[in-house]
Amino acid sequence: MDLSYSEAERAFQDEVRAFLKDSLPKDLSDKVRANIELGREDMVRWHAILNARGWLASTWPKDHGGTGWTPVERHIFEEECALAFAPRIVPFGVHMLGPVLLKFGSEAQKASFLPRILDGTDWWCQGYSEPGAGSDLASLKTAAVRDGADYVVNGQKTWTTLGQHANKIFCLVRTSKDGKPQEGISFLLIDLDTPGIEMRPIKLIEGGHEVNEVFFTDVRVPASNLVGAENQGWTIAKYLLTHERTNIAGVGFSAAAFEQLKIIARKITRGGRPLAETPLFAARMAQTEIDLEAMKITNLRMLSEAQKNGAPGLESSMLKIKGTVIRQTLNDLTRRALGPAAAPFPSEDLDGNAALVPGDFANEAAEYFNNRKISIFGGSNEIQRNILSKAMLGL
Amino acid sequence: MNFEMTDDRRMLSDTLNRYLAGKYGWEHRAKAAYQAPFHDPARWAELSELGVLMALAPEDQGGFGGAGFDITAVFEALGRAICPEPVLAALLSSRLLAAAGADQEALLAGAVHHAAALGELDAPYDLSGIATTARKDGEGYRLSGRKSVVYGGHVAERFLVAALLDGTMALFDVAASDAEVTPYGMIDGGGAAEVFLDAAPATLLLAEAGAAVQDALDAGTLALCAEAVGAMDVSFDITLDYLKSRKQFGTTIGSFQALQHRMVDMKTEIEQARSITILAASRIGTGAQSRSVSMAKNLIGRTAKLVAEDCVQMHGGIAMTWEYQMSHYAKRLVMIDHQLGDTDHHLERVMATRGV
Ligand SMILES: Cc1cc2nc3c(=O)[nH]c(=O)nc-3n(C[C@H](O)[C@H](O)[C@H](O)COP(=O)(O)OP(=O)(O)OC[C@H]3O[C@@H](n4cnc5c(N)ncnc54)[C@H](O)[C@@H]3O)c2cc1C
Repeated sequence: MDLSYSEAERAFQDEVRAFLKDSLPKDLSDKVRANIELGREDMVRWHAILNARGWLASTWPKDHGGTGWTPVERHIFEEECALAFAPRIVPFGVHMLGPVLLKFGSEAQKASFLPRILDGTDWWCQGYSEPGAGSDLASLKTAAVRDGADYVVNGQKTWTTLGQHANKIFCLVRTSKDGKPQEGISFLLIDLDTPGIEMRPIKLIEGGHEVNEVFFTDVRVPASNLVGAENQGWTIAKYLLTHERTNIAGVGFSAAAFEQLKIIARKITRGGRPLAETPLFAARMAQTEIDLEAMKITNLRMLSEAQKNGAPGLESSMLKIKGTVIRQTLNDLTRRALGPAAAPFPSEDLDGNAALVPGDFANEAAEYFNNRKISIFGGSNEIQRNILSKAMLGL
Repeated sequence: MNFEMTDDRRMLSDTLNRYLAGKYGWEHRAKAAYQAPFHDPARWAELSELGVLMALAPEDQGGFGGAGFDITAVFEALGRAICPEPVLAALLSSRLLAAAGADQEALLAGAVHHAAALGELDAPYDLSGIATTARKDGEGYRLSGRKSVVYGGHVAERFLVAALLDGTMALFDVAASDAEVTPYGMIDGGGAAEVFLDAAPATLLLAEAGAAVQDALDAGTLALCAEAVGAMDVSFDITLDYLKSRKQFGTTIGSFQALQHRMVDMKTEIEQARSITILAASRIGTGAQSRSVSMAKNLIGRTAKLVAEDCVQMHGGIAMTWEYQMSHYAKRLVMIDHQLGDTDHHLERVMATRGV
């Protein structure tokens, strides 16, 4: 048993650290650290910096402009980025559509779309969920009917993350009502400028605009935008899920959040004593640290398996459940640490409440509420448990 | 043994629930809670007329209540509507003015907003660490220091300020116009303020205020517990309705056993929270007041978080949205733990004091 990285992996880790030190703009990491909503420009800028280094598409092979990294290298990169408070890579084009096109796309689709993902020409969003189809995604109704050289799309998608910044959306659409619901779904690429599309914002619990509803009325989409075969969409979606899953534990984010928690628990005092030294709060921190340390190893064990077997196994569902719970606990502790000062609403009215709350912590309550999402999306934690009990335990 | 409310309190509670359902409905609340002045002055006047404030004070103070169960009746109703009116500030102030033997007619009539300026950044819950000081200045006093997250401070005309006078906690009356006040809204609705005192002129109300301040905090903490019980009941009902109507996989999500068991557990925890709040209310005015209230606030802190998180989770995405009421109940339930002592603070108090 040897828990350490190989020499080559350690060298790679140093390389990533050096890169982040030199190339991650401070104004961006400051925003990320303070949980300030990033604008489109911020995210595009970070993508461009990574792309210039050749490190944007960590899930793609080298011959298409990707990194060709092993799962462990990807993990190292993601963890170091999180610890440095780098912006998250917007996953929809790079980590979701990219791998799908590489596996199922036509040569023409690869040639036209992949470079535009890398250079930032296209911003993709994910159109899977519908008001009536969440956990039960296969019940989706948005219909695409073939008419000459086009599909005509009618229906509604919802929860479209960062759709307000996007110019393109990849959708699961219904192309057949025969057989099982899963068998009549197709994967379609749609230009958001096409007539008949309307996007409306959804305001989230903490007041932010991060998701949208998208309405389709007689939207004509060239049939050449179909990925894979007609009615093969469910297979593609399942393949994509495995890619969504590699960084599913979010260990890096938790490690970064724990560092932030340590800072604030030292800064905040109660009767002159740092919160980190008060027994009950110190106990909460220590317990979470223990959970996090275990999670790091669980994550590495599963990565090591993935490295051997080529794909993350079913256990990734475990990582999703435990990883999200740990992140949410860290958000809970940071909010708690602020005491009454967590309450002021960081809104336009207050023009940032930095005067009230020490350091970069004005948004911690908002962040806690916003991060309730992570146990809901990408397959809710209940759905993960269903998967595990059936497929892993055979119950 | 009798766990029924008295007829008078039942009437008050019914009246309030009806009023709030009619006049402080969901859409109205969404506006009033998040836009300056973070409450609705017209509704405040109507609530005062209904006796919301009078119910919080005993007869010898000009009210018609003031007992633990009066406080819980009022605040449970406010919690059901997650009403952002600054009633907590009035309750704290009423207890303090009563202890000081000061007149509170204007407060109970809802004519003059008072706010209790007690906690500070470094001493938010345990007030033994406060740093605001008072010094004698001719006939009166002058106060210097900063009071943090003063509930109701955004609209208060008078502040009741805890400050150290020769090392002892004393209570002063300060006009809002003599302080520098930074008002703001809160993430769960309603308002508060930072209050900066720079040699602000003040009138001494109580030279030794420790016991009076603790009594006010106990009453206020009990009020928050009852508010949480009201908000938890509604959250539970909203979620139960949703589980019975939302369909996935061709059936209502309420038919999934994974959710059924959680609903049953949650209901049990809410009943436990209700029980400890009843216990604390019954102990107001006895020697066990403070310890019982701390027990209640600790359990409420744990339960309210569970209810907020589980209700959102069992809804799926919809309860993550601003447009859906559950999200606002969740915010209120979680943020109650940040007011007048969190779960850990009250656990420490229970640990530090022996039962009677
Ligand atoms: C902030 C946010 C961003 C999102 N971004 C996107 C995006 O970009 N693109 C996109 O397509 N989608 C996105 N989603 C949608 C997300 O994937 C769905 O919310 C998720 O699949 C759950 O679906 P639902 O909200 O309809 O809840 P429902 O499926 O209605 O579930 C409600 C509750 O029932 C439980 N449940 C359901 N079925 C079962 C079962 N069989 N057994 C036990 N419990 C069950 C669920 O776990 C949940 O607790 C986003 C969601 C959020 C909140």
